[in-house]
Amino acid sequence: MRLLTHNMLASNVRGVTSGYPLKLEATNWCTKDVDLNADFIRGLLPKIDWRALVAATRALNLPELLPEEQPSEDEIFAEGAVNVEGSAIRRIHHALLEIHVQQGALICPESGRSFPIEKGIPNMMLHEDEV
Amino acid sequence: MPRPEIQAPPDVFYNEAEARKYTTSSRIIEIQARISERALELLALPNDGVPKLLLDIGCGSGLSGETLSEHGHQWIGYDISQSMLDVALERETEGDLLLADMGQGLGLRPGVIDGAISISAVQWLCNADKSSHDPRLRLKAFFGSLYRCLARGARAVLQFYADNVKQSEMIVTYAMRAGFAGGVVIDWPHSSKAKKSYLVLTCGAPSVHTSLPKGKGEDGEMCSDDDDGDSSGEDGDRTVGIYERNRPNKKQKTKKNGKGKQWLLKKKEQMRRKGHDVPTDTKYTGRKRKTYF
Repeated sequence: MRLLTHNMLASNVRGVTSGYPLKLEATNWCTKDVDLNADFIRGLLPKIDWRALVAATRALNLPELLPEEQPSEDEIFAEGAVNVEGSAIRRIHHALLEIHVQQGALICPESGRSFPIEKGIPNMMLHEDEV
Repeated sequence: MPRPEIQAPPDVFYNEAEARKYTTSSRIIEIQARISERALELLALPNDGVPKLLLDIGCGSGLSGETLSEHGHQWIGYDISQSMLDVALERETEGDLLLADMGQGLGLRPGVIDGAISISAVQWLCNADKSSHDPRLRLKAFFGSLYRCLARGARAVLQFYADNVKQSEMIVTYAMRAGFAGGVVIDWPHSSKAKKSYLVLTCGAPSVHTSLPKGKGEDGEMCSDDDDGDSSGEDGDRTVGIYERNRPNKKQKTKKNGKGKQWLLKKKEQMRRKGHDVPTDTKYTGRKRKTYF
């Protein structure tokens, strides 16, 4: 599971009003290279919950990857930033699309329900009494 | 063989043996790829080359997701069968996979997804596989959560096999109740094998852009039917009465000189409407052959 998906997922347990963001606990994760597409990031960025994304990178012990405050659009989409190593857009792209959480769990902030992640697939199935 | 929906619940039916077919059978792979290609076409994403974030509901082994990846899109796949997802992992699909039951809702933040496709999955919601399942509630939960997670103006294309008209009506009704605009597009309506129904849904108010696309294979012939007015309405629900079923078959007349060119042209037209590959009509079509004896 990439952090992009983590950023979109919310808890679905009955009675939970704001099961977002799910707390990430990762015991194992890896990275896979993906081509950077600035247009995709531009379209996606307004939909990203920045604080949840930063919290997720912190949970993976990557405190330097993203700043606490979201950089301005001008800074992210500056001319030629795509080709600069370590630029904001590169790091956002890396955080969203290249990090794959392999083992761990997602924890609902309200009910404390834990959704296990195995082989990179979160198990979001609810029990009968949680629907 | 009865339809898979009747045999077992989806998480049981798609076991390892069944999932294996989705990597080895070239026929299944080809059909899945063709349907997902058509679903993506009906999704009518803006043609600006910008990748989108899409959902694949009932992604299975990721065959349909592969089509999305080929077009450069990022996707999140939902499936209820662990065995199918294991196959997807083996195939190293590019999208993210989630083990979840769509009848429990999708559990996504509102307005974040640019489009959704689903290949042969929605009809599973019409079955009550457990005592706690109520198809109506599950359809409601599914369409409600789908509507919420889609961005305004986004589309969802859900290909499904309905067991009967009632099932198909139920699916459409619950989609409309969730707030979607749209309807069912049927490709190759004249063929029993190639016929495919797609539920094309648009999120938000209907506009000129949300008009339903036409299904394949409903060409000139269908249009002229509509011109007749009242007669076309009766066509759909005409049933075969018992007396007609028990009527003795007419003896087939075998004409001396075969069935003739007219008959052949009629048959070729029929097959064309079903979506088969039929050679074009030429001056040689149905010509008489020399008698050798």
